Amino acid sequence: MAVLSEEQEMLRNMARDWATKESPVSEFRKVRAAGQPQAYNADAYAAMAEMGWVGIIIPEAHGGSDFGFLSAGLVIEELGKTLTASPLVATTIAASAILLGGSDAQKAKWLPRLASGETVATLAVDEGAHCDPSAIETSVSGGKLTGKKAFVHEAHGASLFVVAAKDGLYLVEKGDGVSLTTRKLTDQRSHADIQFAGAAAEKLEGGGDSLLGDVLDRARVLSAAEMLGMAQAVFDTTLDYLKQRVQFNQVLATFQALQHRMADLFADLTQMRSAVEAGLQAVDSGFGVARAATIAKAEANRVLHAISNQGIQLHGGIGMTDEFNVGFYLKRARVLEASWGSSSYLRDRFARLSGY
Amino acid sequence: MPTQLESDVQTSEDAFRTEVRQFLATNFPDELKGTGNMMAGLDGPTDENPVQKKWREAVGGRGWGTPTWPKEYGGGGLTKGQARIIEHEFAKVGAYNPIGGMGVMMFGPTLLEYGDERQKLEHIPPICRGEIRWCQGYSEPNAGSDLANLQTFAVDKGDHYLINGQKTWTSGGQWADKCFAIVRTDRSDKHKGISFMLIDMDAPGVEVRPITMISGTSPFCETFFTDVKVPKENLVGKEGQGWTIGKRLLQHERTNISGGGRLAGMMGQSLGDIAKKYCETGGDGALVNKVLRDKIADLEIRWNSFLLTARRAVEESKAQGGVSEISSVLKKVGTKLAQDRSELLIEIRGFQGLGWEGDEFGNDELEDVRGWLFGKAATIYGGSTEVQNNIIAKRVLGMLDHQ
Repeated sequence: MAVLSEEQEMLRNMARDWATKESPVSEFRKVRAAGQPQAYNADAYAAMAEMGWVGIIIPEAHGGSDFGFLSAGLVIEELGKTLTASPLVATTIAASAILLGGSDAQKAKWLPRLASGETVATLAVDEGAHCDPSAIETSVSGGKLTGKKAFVHEAHGASLFVVAAKDGLYLVEKGDGVSLTTRKLTDQRSHADIQFAGAAAEKLEGGGDSLLGDVLDRARVLSAAEMLGMAQAVFDTTLDYLKQRVQFNQVLATFQALQHRMADLFADLTQMRSAVEAGLQAVDSGFGVARAATIAKAEANRVLHAISNQGIQLHGGIGMTDEFNVGFYLKRARVLEASWGSSSYLRDRFARLSGY
Repeated sequence: MPTQLESDVQTSEDAFRTEVRQFLATNFPDELKGTGNMMAGLDGPTDENPVQKKWREAVGGRGWGTPTWPKEYGGGGLTKGQARIIEHEFAKVGAYNPIGGMGVMMFGPTLLEYGDERQKLEHIPPICRGEIRWCQGYSEPNAGSDLANLQTFAVDKGDHYLINGQKTWTSGGQWADKCFAIVRTDRSDKHKGISFMLIDMDAPGVEVRPITMISGTSPFCETFFTDVKVPKENLVGKEGQGWTIGKRLLQHERTNISGGGRLAGMMGQSLGDIAKKYCETGGDGALVNKVLRDKIADLEIRWNSFLLTARRAVEESKAQGGVSEISSVLKKVGTKLAQDRSELLIEIRGFQGLGWEGDEFGNDELEDVRGWLFGKAATIYGGSTEVQNNIIAKRVLGMLDHQ
C-alpha cells in the first residue's frame, strides 16, 4: 500500500466500510437477479455520489474534491473487492476526458452533473471486439456524428457519451440518432453496441493530438484499480478457505504445494499493487504517464488472470458453483482484461514506447 | 510555508551538501571516475594501487563509507538524510564508496546490535576504514537450506573453544582476514545448540580451498577447521544464541541481494536497446521478430514493477518504522527476474551471447555469460527460493507448518 495522507486513509476506510456493509457481493447478486440492462442499483450510486466519490478527480470549482487519481483508485479498489456494480469508473474516465479536452463551458456544464451523480457518462472508443484506437471509422460532419461503437461499458445507464471519432473526441448526449443494442457479457454488467446515426456532437477541442491516448491511459489506471481490489479479494478469500478446508485429516493450508503456490500469488499481487499505485500516482504527477499506465494495466491483467484462475482451482469443486462468489470474479476479470488493452496489446505498446 | 524546524533541517542539509562537494573536489581523483569498489565484489583479490588506497583512507577516515553507523565506532554518525546526500553527491561525480564487503553489508550491523562494547570497539572501526575483510561461515555440506543442521563443533576448553568441522560456500574465503561463523556448542538442541563466533582465518588449523564454479570463477571456498583455537572473547552474544543472531544477519543479506545496487546495475541497459544491435529492425525501428519483442516487453514490464516494489518497500518501512512485509518477496522476485533476463539476453545474442573466451567477443558479452551462470546461485544462496516461499507462507500468510 502506498504511503497515504490522512485524508486518503479516511477516504479509503470510509469506502471499505461502506463496501463491506452496504455493498457486499450479495448486492451484486440482487442486481443480477433484477435483470435490468443498466445492471446497477441507482440508489447505491446516488449514495456514492453523495459521499463525493464521483467527484474525486473533479476540481472543487466544478463540484468535486480534486483529490486526484490515487485517491479515486483507493475507493475503486474497495468497490472492486466486493464487485460493486456501478458506473463510477466509467463516469470517472469520462470526467477525465472532459477535464483534459473540454472547454471552460463544457467543464462548467458537465462536471458538476457528473460529480453529483445526476449524469452518468462513459467512454466509447473501440469499434470491434479488441482495443484498437488506430482503427476508428466514426466521423463527424456538420456537428453530426456517425459510426458504430462496440461493447461500451455502462452504456445503458449513461446519458452522455465521450465518443472517439477520426479527428478527436466528441460529447454526444443520449437521444436522437443514438441507439443501443445490449451485449450480454460474462460479467453480467452493462455493455452495449451503439449506433450513432448523425447524432448531435460537440468536440472536445483541448488536450492536443494525444488526447485520446491520454484518456485511454486514465481508463487503464482506473480499471487497474478495480482489478487490484478484485485480485486482493480473491486472494484473501482463497487464503481463508485453505485455512479452513480439511482433507486427509489436515487443513489444506498445511500442504507445502499449496503454500508455495500462495507465496507465488502473494509475490504477484505485491508486484501488481506497486504497478497500479504507481500508475495512479503518475497521472497525479503528470510524469511518465503513458509508460506507467501501460505497466499498471499490463501487470493488473497478468496477475488478476493468474489469481482468478488459481482462486477456482484452490477452492476445488465448490469454486465451480454459482453459489460461491469466486466465479464472479473470474468472469468480471476477463472483461476488464480485454478493456483498454489486452496483455498482448499492452506489451506491444510498452515496446513501442520504449523504442523497440 | 516550511516550519522553523523544517527550515533549520534544510539549512543544515545544504551546508552538509557543500561539505561533501568540497570533500570530493579535494579527495576524489579523476582517474577513479566510474570504476567500482573491488572490496564489494566477490570476484577477486585486490591489489590496491596507491590512488585507490588514498581514496579509501579519505572516505574511511571520516566514516563516510558507513555514514549512519555510530561515530564512537568509526562510523559517520550521520542521519539517513545526510547519508542520502553522500550517496547522491558521490554518484553525481562517478565516485564509488570504497568501504564495502560483507563486513559492511552483514556483519557490522549485526555486531552493532548483538556485540559487547569491547567487540564493537575492536571490530567495527577496521570495517569502517575498509581494512579488514570478513567472510561468512554458515553453510556446511549437510547444512544448506536446512542450515540449523550444522555440525561444526566448538568444545569449551576453559579460556577458549576448540573448533573442528567444515564450512562450504565461504564467499571470498581465500581473501578474507576473519570469518563470522555459526557453530554447534550443544548437540542436544538443534537451534539452541548454536553459537555465533569470530574466527581468524590465519589461525593454525584453518584451511581454505577455492571451489571452481560453472561460471569458471572461484568466488566460493570450502573451509576446513582442524583443532582451531578461538578465544572466549570471540563469542558474540551468549552460548546458544547463535541461531537468533545468525538469522538476523541473514535479513541484512537478503535485503542486499534483492534491493541492492548490484541488481539495479545488472539491469542497466534496456534489453530492447541491446536487441536492436543484434536483431533485425524494421523501418519504424521496431524489432522484426515479434515473438522476441513480446518476450522482452513482458520481462521489462515485470522488472519495472519489481523496481516499483523495491521502492515501495523502502517507503513503507520508513513510514511504519519497521520492515515492511513486502520485503519478504523482494529476494524471490528479484533473483528470478535477473535470471530470466540473462536467459533472454542469450536468446537475443544467439551464439555471440554464449562466448567463453576470445577477442571476437566483447567484454560485455563475456561478462554476461559468466553472469548468467553465476546468477543461477542467486535463487539458492541467502535462503533458496523454496525457503523464501516457506517463510512467506508461514510468517506472512499465516499458513501452518507443513511438517
